[in-house]
Amino acid sequence: MSDAGTSVSENILEVQEVDVRLSARKILDGVSFKIAPGEFTGLIGSNGAGKTTLFRVILGLQAPSAGSVYFGGPGERSIGYVPQKFLLDPDLPMRARDLVGLGLDAHRLGVPRPSRTRSARVEEMLDAVDARGFADTRVGRLSGGEQQRILIAHALIGRPRLLLLDEPLANLDLRSAHEVVALLARITREQGIAVLISAHEINPLLGVMDRIVYLAGGRAASGSTEEVVRADVLSELYGHHVDVLNVHGRVLIVAGAGEDSDLTGHEVAFPQVGVVS
Amino acid sequence: MSHFLTPIFAPGFFDSEAVRIAIGVGALVAVVTGVVGVFTVLRGQSFAGEALGDIGTTGGSGAFLLGVGPLWGFVAINVVAAAAMELIGIQRPRGRDLATGIVLGAGIGLAALFLYLDTTYNNTTGAAVTILFGSVFAISSSTVPLIAGLSLLVLALMLTLYRPLLLSSVSAEMAAARGIPVRLIGACYLLALALATALAAITIGTILSTALLVGPAASALRLTKRPLAAMLTAVGIGVAVMWAGIVLAYDSYDWPPAGHGWPVSFFVVTLVFVLYLLSGLGELRNRRRSTATPDTPEMPPAPVSLMVSGVES
Repeated sequence: MSDAGTSVSENILEVQEVDVRLSARKILDGVSFKIAPGEFTGLIGSNGAGKTTLFRVILGLQAPSAGSVYFGGPGERSIGYVPQKFLLDPDLPMRARDLVGLGLDAHRLGVPRPSRTRSARVEEMLDAVDARGFADTRVGRLSGGEQQRILIAHALIGRPRLLLLDEPLANLDLRSAHEVVALLARITREQGIAVLISAHEINPLLGVMDRIVYLAGGRAASGSTEEVVRADVLSELYGHHVDVLNVHGRVLIVAGAGEDSDLTGHEVAFPQVGVVS
Repeated sequence: MSHFLTPIFAPGFFDSEAVRIAIGVGALVAVVTGVVGVFTVLRGQSFAGEALGDIGTTGGSGAFLLGVGPLWGFVAINVVAAAAMELIGIQRPRGRDLATGIVLGAGIGLAALFLYLDTTYNNTTGAAVTILFGSVFAISSSTVPLIAGLSLLVLALMLTLYRPLLLSSVSAEMAAARGIPVRLIGACYLLALALATALAAITIGTILSTALLVGPAASALRLTKRPLAAMLTAVGIGVAVMWAGIVLAYDSYDWPPAGHGWPVSFFVVTLVFVLYLLSGLGELRNRRRSTATPDTPEMPPAPVSLMVSGVES
């Protein structure tokens, strides 16, 4: 994908054997995976599987009990982040474009000085997420899908090398979810930005994922979709039997009958196996 | 002074030193509270502002006992109270109200004692009224440099922290993810809030100080959709109500009971309230475009059936 740099083969992020224990509970248990530059990775798991904790570890907001997180490549750690289930206050005195602009320089002190370059970059980013039409509306009064696009623009305008999105599709209707995914895939491919996106629903991400990290009970399996979404791999991960069924060209993951139903093995359908690049 | 203005500016208005100080200090304080207040409202820390204002009573009445100017008392107690709130845990959303309430209770208890001692030893209730409701006409010229210095300090702090503070106020998570020291920024803001409340207390009194802090800011948030414009609007509203309050209070010497002016605080707070109501009307007009389509609240969890969550190929 990104063939420009000198470090094509180098991973942008390596998560190695990360454990997180909060009080006695193991939230993450030996989680390892790698992300190459420009790669689109889906972090799939049900609620409580440890997705947000994993993000907090990557962002440096939560120290792992064991293991390490390594950022490869030249330059400093540069991550864009879109937090989970985030709806902005409707009374926030801020236009959508103001929030995008803050993505450029919120870490700097002082009041932003308007400049041609600054507004040109904001404008360019608003275009990229198709947000021109509501750029001057109060950001908290936009719909969930529109806010999501603005938050993505906010996270991307600083040109990070890795973009983390925590359940960005959770409060969207199906149509908005597909729009957001298509948009993400397009921008990040164009700009060579790696994406790690968490979701409890594998469907909307199938066409675009280069790699999947499947989390269950704090443990992870990673690889291409064919490598991970298999009965043996997922059964091992869940610790009980799971069937991966092909129905009319779609695949469905079903918790094995008769087992004590740890229904984290939620049912997932997708159109064909192996839509990986 | 031209004659047609006489009904507004009663004779002698601009000749009085007390009035000139009131006008200058009032404006400066309104600028500070406008700038700080926008963030108080954004961050949902109005209760903390109210508590810091109230607790200023303890400092003011203590200063009276010691024979020091009340501003010293306000500043000292507010900074201590802000530090205590920070330590108890004002940064945690749930700990916040608790920390504030606990510190407030302890402080007001002391204020009860100090005010009692003030009235007993000095045989006057003037102290209580001055501290609780302010006396902008009684600010001595020797206090002005301190007021100016503190105001400039707060303004400098706010303008310096503007961008990281704004993002922290929008989302602490997003700010933290960018490496902004959210806790430190929050603590600095609390200091600015403590000083701004002390300054407001010197003009309209401890228990009314939040009105000046939160009222103009809340109105401004309704009227504008840009953060810097909101700050400027809050400042404009604050200065306007302060000056109008001073003029009306001066004029009120001629109102019944003749020879006794009505309190400035009464006018300021009433005007703040009226403008807040009016800003609601302004907001209704601004809402023309923003009839955003509401989202489907939450997708029901996909049942076993495959087709519920079909994928477009």
